[in-house]
Amino acid sequence: MNYNWDFFFVIAGYENWWIKGLLVTIAYAVGTVIGGLILGVICGTLLLANRIWLTVPIHMYVELFRCTPVLVQIVWFFFALPILIQVQLPAWLAAGVGLTLYMGCFATEIFRGGIISIDKGQWQAARAIGMTYVQMMRHIILPQAIRRMIPPFVNQSVIQFKNTALLYVVAVPDLMYTGYLVVADTYRPLEVYTGVAVAYFVLLYPLTQWGKRLEARGDK
Amino acid sequence: MTNNSNANAGEIKLELKNLKKSYGDIQAVRGLSLSVKKGQVVAVIGPSGCGKSTMLRCVNILEEPSSGMLRIGNDTIDFSVRSSVPSGSRLAKFRSRFGMVFQQFDLFAHLTAIQNVMIGMTVVQRRTDAEAEERAMSLLERVGLAETRDRLPKELSGGQQQRVAIARALALEPEILLFDEVTSALDPELVGEVLDVMHALASEGATMIVVTHEMAFARDVADWVLFMESGKVVEEGPPQEVLVAPKNDRTKSFLARYHRQ
Ligand SMILES: Nc1ncnc2c1ncn2[C@@H]1O[C@H](COP(=O)(O)OP(=O)(O)OP(=O)(O)O)[C@@H](O)[C@H]1O
Ligand SMILES: [Mg+2]
Repeated sequence: MNYNWDFFFVIAGYENWWIKGLLVTIAYAVGTVIGGLILGVICGTLLLANRIWLTVPIHMYVELFRCTPVLVQIVWFFFALPILIQVQLPAWLAAGVGLTLYMGCFATEIFRGGIISIDKGQWQAARAIGMTYVQMMRHIILPQAIRRMIPPFVNQSVIQFKNTALLYVVAVPDLMYTGYLVVADTYRPLEVYTGVAVAYFVLLYPLTQWGKRLEARGDK
Repeated sequence: MTNNSNANAGEIKLELKNLKKSYGDIQAVRGLSLSVKKGQVVAVIGPSGCGKSTMLRCVNILEEPSSGMLRIGNDTIDFSVRSSVPSGSRLAKFRSRFGMVFQQFDLFAHLTAIQNVMIGMTVVQRRTDAEAEERAMSLLERVGLAETRDRLPKELSGGQQQRVAIARALALEPEILLFDEVTSALDPELVGEVLDVMHALASEGATMIVVTHEMAFARDVADWVLFMESGKVVEEGPPQEVLVAPKNDRTKSFLARYHRQ
């Protein structure tokens, strides 16, 4: 095996592609994590209201998106939904919606789980001293619950970041799809996909370590 | 020792009439009446599951009674008439007229001892931090915990946590104190320090409803004792009568079981 590695060959002339690919990946990761977080806070809050006409549809949404592969969701929004609604979603939107809804269902569970992990006694004690629901949430429940939500949320964000590579299937030019384009141009898959893997690793390793640290701190 | 004489002469502070509370098919409280005079200490005893906690939680409407009437001071609530039952911020305000202490202490885990005492004053009463801190400090001193002001609940013993919880309950200057088996979760050697604080409160003239299994405390401190069974008051009277010479067979057998232990 004496393969002649030549990374220069797959970078030179493609700098703009790579930078764009990297930015697209980061933008999707950050955008869908934030979108999912907002969705999760909304759905999680509605679940706490304990109204059956709210909880049933939200549980259905959560289970549906949790129990199907995100790849299937992205493909469905891009190829299947347009037939139903007679409108072709652009690839970037279909993929963004799929990834956001996927993140949102986990964020919903994380948010709700964090809130209900605060023991009932403290809720009762807060109400007994005359706090309103909003005061209790703001001063007693959320400060403790948010601390517990952060580690699982960071871990889910790492998974979400990796899932952005699935943008590839609908030809959104993220890091992975850029790799595919460069391979088509250079016939150098070894350098290209190795480079792509290294780029993901460099981005995600610190985030993963941070998640681990937060988890360890939460255990104390 | 007890303030029997003046308590019996005092005005009626709290009155419950035919209070009922069901959870689905379970009738936890079934027609309970009771009146508490200003400065009176009422002890509530009875077997597990007879509805003592439910009754107490109905008094400050942590649980909304299914029906019946409640009067505190000049305010009357008829639970069969929806419009007379407070809700939202009026309900919150109603609850702050009571101070409640729980079996499991239930201190706010992210707040230090002094912050636990302050939070009701700053959030519910909107007092300034300085004002709240000063009063919280004097309450902590009163329960003998001035040195532990900056410790988190998990850094305190059970007895200390419960005394902080009492200080928290006193912070909003409640008209009536509700105690729900506040020494049941404590190691035996820590029970005394909590009972001492309650004893002091009683002698200072606090109006208290005390659900307890501490018969000696009920005998020495209470002005009036209720024996409950199956969600009802079966027997009531001064401690010398109910605890020493009960008339009702159910009370007799309950107390007999107690004395044997
Ligand atoms: N939230 C609830 N939902 C359903 N049933 C309840 C609820 N709270 C209490 N109960 C029932 O109501 C009855 C009275 O309960 P309660 O806790 O008031 O009794 P207790 O006298 O305080 O008992 P203990 O001495 O064990 O504390 C019990 O049968 C209990 O199972
Ligand atoms: Mg109880």
